[in-house]
Amino acid sequence: MIKIIDYKAGNAPSVLHAVRHLGFAAELVSQAENLSGATHIILPGVGSAKATMDSLNEMKIFPVLEKLVREEKTPFLGICVGLQILFEHSEEDDCKCLGWLSGRVVRFDNSQVRVPQMGWNEVRFVKDSGINSAGHFYFVNSYHAKPENPQDLWAVADYGGDFTAAVNSGNIFATQFHVEKSGEAGLSLLKNFLQQGAK
Amino acid sequence: MLTKRLIACFDIVDGRVTKAIQFQDNIDVAAADVLAGEMYNAQIDELIFYDIHASSEKRLIDIETVKKVAARVFVPFTVGGGIKDLNGMYEALKAGAEKISVDSMAVRTPEIIREGAKAFGSQCVVLSTQVKRDPAFPSGYQVYIDGARTATGLDAIEWLKRCEDLGAGEICLNSIDCDGTLQGYDLPLMKKAEAAVRVPLIASGGAGEPSHLSDLFTQTQAQAAIISSMLYSPRLQKNYTPKELKQFLSDKGVSVRPFV
Repeated sequence: MIKIIDYKAGNAPSVLHAVRHLGFAAELVSQAENLSGATHIILPGVGSAKATMDSLNEMKIFPVLEKLVREEKTPFLGICVGLQILFEHSEEDDCKCLGWLSGRVVRFDNSQVRVPQMGWNEVRFVKDSGINSAGHFYFVNSYHAKPENPQDLWAVADYGGDFTAAVNSGNIFATQFHVEKSGEAGLSLLKNFLQQGAK
Repeated sequence: MLTKRLIACFDIVDGRVTKAIQFQDNIDVAAADVLAGEMYNAQIDELIFYDIHASSEKRLIDIETVKKVAARVFVPFTVGGGIKDLNGMYEALKAGAEKISVDSMAVRTPEIIREGAKAFGSQCVVLSTQVKRDPAFPSGYQVYIDGARTATGLDAIEWLKRCEDLGAGEICLNSIDCDGTLQGYDLPLMKKAEAAVRVPLIASGGAGEPSHLSDLFTQTQAQAAIISSMLYSPRLQKNYTPKELKQFLSDKGVSVRPFV
């Protein structure tokens, strides 16, 4: 079963709508023990990195998430803040994050661009992760990740200069844009992710 | 590059889209979920849905209709009407909305903006406001609430700045003077707003033909435009598809999400 982590502040219901629309069975998970048995794990995210880390900590979900994703290599998709918390640190509220990927999350310079970035931006995929899509995707973000390992960079977009639009490392995929709200381009990427063979 | 957004706006009564002129004389157009599905298929960039009677009837937004629309629409979806606290916001988000629009309630209880932004993130809180030209105010515009019926005594631009400080992630500015006139957006209003705040701005009220959109996007920094009549009003002789509007804008050098 595809499991979507629901920590009551994210937009898990929207992601569930999109996954079901694509014809897959999925369920929302709000308790750590219900994550076991996942064929795919999706971590949606809106709001701040700190609020997200706090909610996930409160759920005590990190040990099981680490085991499933990092040891057992279950396909994982992080969305928006679900991308940002994979890095070591976010500037937002000076928040320590998971550190699955090396690098930091920094704020857009609002003397250069309006913050938050809100809208459709053209995404350029810089490597083939096996589940690429193409086109314009919907972003809502004030912060963006700076991966230290160039090989983790999956896609970029331009907002006052190129920024990280998506990252990928093995079974870990994450998009700064909202695949569930990016029309057919987003649904296509989501479908590609879900169609990957289970671990 | 970030593209300019076209947002279809629905005024909802009993689960159906209606169309008014200057907040009066609503006529029935279509079932909300059906029209929303059509707009999604036509590649609209975003949807906003106002339950226009929820506040005056002192009830929460029509959650069933929010759910039905959310199940058919995979672009951002904002809802407003009758949401007066965090609980109401959470109910609407749980039903599948991305963003909550606050308007009259924000004037009565500005803290709802701060609380909403703290609980769900700024990106979730859209401040919508109805403003009307009034030379007695420093900016030349006054804020109105309750479907543009009640003057608030607030200067429009001061109000926008305050809402930005409170944490609104986006501001939708509706010109009461232009609403329903089909004569174009209030460009001077948008220019004043863009100089005063840094959050993304949405222009609302007055669009009647494609050139109004290109005027807005080439003469102001507005990032998005609300359109409704042009898309579906039976009162207009000609309705436009998002595809036609995007083609027109693209030809005028405005960057839009291409129709594919």
